[in-house]
Amino acid sequence: MTVLLFGVTKDIIGKNTLMLSDIVKDKLKTVQDLKMYLTQEYPNLENLSSLAIAVNNEYADDSLLLKQTDEIALIPPVSGG
Amino acid sequence: MRYQRQTVLKEFGVAAQEKLSKAKVLVIGVGGLGIPVLQYLNAMGVGTLGMVEADTIDVTNLQRQVLYAENEVGAPKLATALGKLQAQNSTTIFKPFHTFLTRENALDIIAEFDLVVDASDNFATRYLINDACVLLKKTFVSGAIQGFEGQLSVFNYNGGPTYRCLFPTMPADSEIPNCNDNGVLGVIPGIIGNLQALETVKVITGIGEVLSGRLLLFNGLHQSYQNIKFKLVTANLERTSLEESYGSSPCSIGPSIAIQDFQKALVNKDNFQLLDVRTVLEYQEYHLPNSTHIPLADLGFHQAKIKKDSLVYVICQSGKRSRIAQQLLLEDKISVINIDGGINAYKGLLTAK
Repeated sequence: MTVLLFGVTKDIIGKNTLMLSDIVKDKLKTVQDLKMYLTQEYPNLENLSSLAIAVNNEYADDSLLLKQTDEIALIPPVSGG
Repeated sequence: MRYQRQTVLKEFGVAAQEKLSKAKVLVIGVGGLGIPVLQYLNAMGVGTLGMVEADTIDVTNLQRQVLYAENEVGAPKLATALGKLQAQNSTTIFKPFHTFLTRENALDIIAEFDLVVDASDNFATRYLINDACVLLKKTFVSGAIQGFEGQLSVFNYNGGPTYRCLFPTMPADSEIPNCNDNGVLGVIPGIIGNLQALETVKVITGIGEVLSGRLLLFNGLHQSYQNIKFKLVTANLERTSLEESYGSSPCSIGPSIAIQDFQKALVNKDNFQLLDVRTVLEYQEYHLPNSTHIPLADLGFHQAKIKKDSLVYVICQSGKRSRIAQQLLLEDKISVINIDGGINAYKGLLTAK
């Protein structure tokens, strides 16, 4: 399970991509589980009012079930112009 | 004849050119994104181009806002861009609006146009554009950038998803950095702005597949493009009015002073305290005499430096962080006056003379 990071999530997590270990992956059944895990590990993520999560290039609701091979993306809005 | 190189394309043809010439497109923001959008739409023969901008040209704009020149620093962006675009294509009808988009003027300005291009640089304006376009049933082509990355999508197209379907809640200014404060590589807005121009032409003419219900994520460092599919949340189309307020948009909260009036106060040696909330580096590079320096991030710790019995003006580089400082201080019952346009506007005033 790979988590691609965009915008300010790169700065918060301190990486371009996050690889989740097998132990962690086994615990994460849904997008909601993933969100809770990420905000525990990186509390500053919780400050983001809007953070879209995509699974396999599709916007994902909290209830979506995750698979081991999924590619996840954390997408905050950006405002620059 | 002028447009022969595109009308010769069989997918485009004379019919598409005719549609461009009849189209009325509003570009909000004439900066990093708005400039390439305007240059290409103007070159390609879009009939009417509206432009919304109230900023002046700062020397730090030049690395990405490639329509402006060194000898134009301090001049208004709108008039400067207008002159150059008129020279580029004399047949285009231009409708310049020398203002920022506000809750009060948004519906009136947008109503005149078929299509909107969001080339703004702050969340307040982005959410305002979304809501106004939903109310008026206008499609808008949205581009946004940060650092080495860009985002692109066409919202509210033929009943398709909106900006709020992706990002329901407006972030606070302090959550997510903007270009003025945190940097952007000069060429990135050029890339995203050009893609916005392309999507605009596709919406107008009906060629190709419009980027609706898809968010394009561009990463310049990895030269990667990702397309994220997303769906309409129907409730987002059921809006009946604008929000009461768009947070820290230029129209809101707390008193402010125009740069000309502040300069008068400075010249008259009026009795006031000037609070500068920029970073240490920015302050070292340039600051006004007799100013009290507290970087925005440290504001909470150094409030004691603010004279509570005095008139206090707050300044930053462009007028955005000072507005945040003003709001933060207001929460602690300290009333200060924001200097519109900040150091950039002040330098502009000096150069204009």
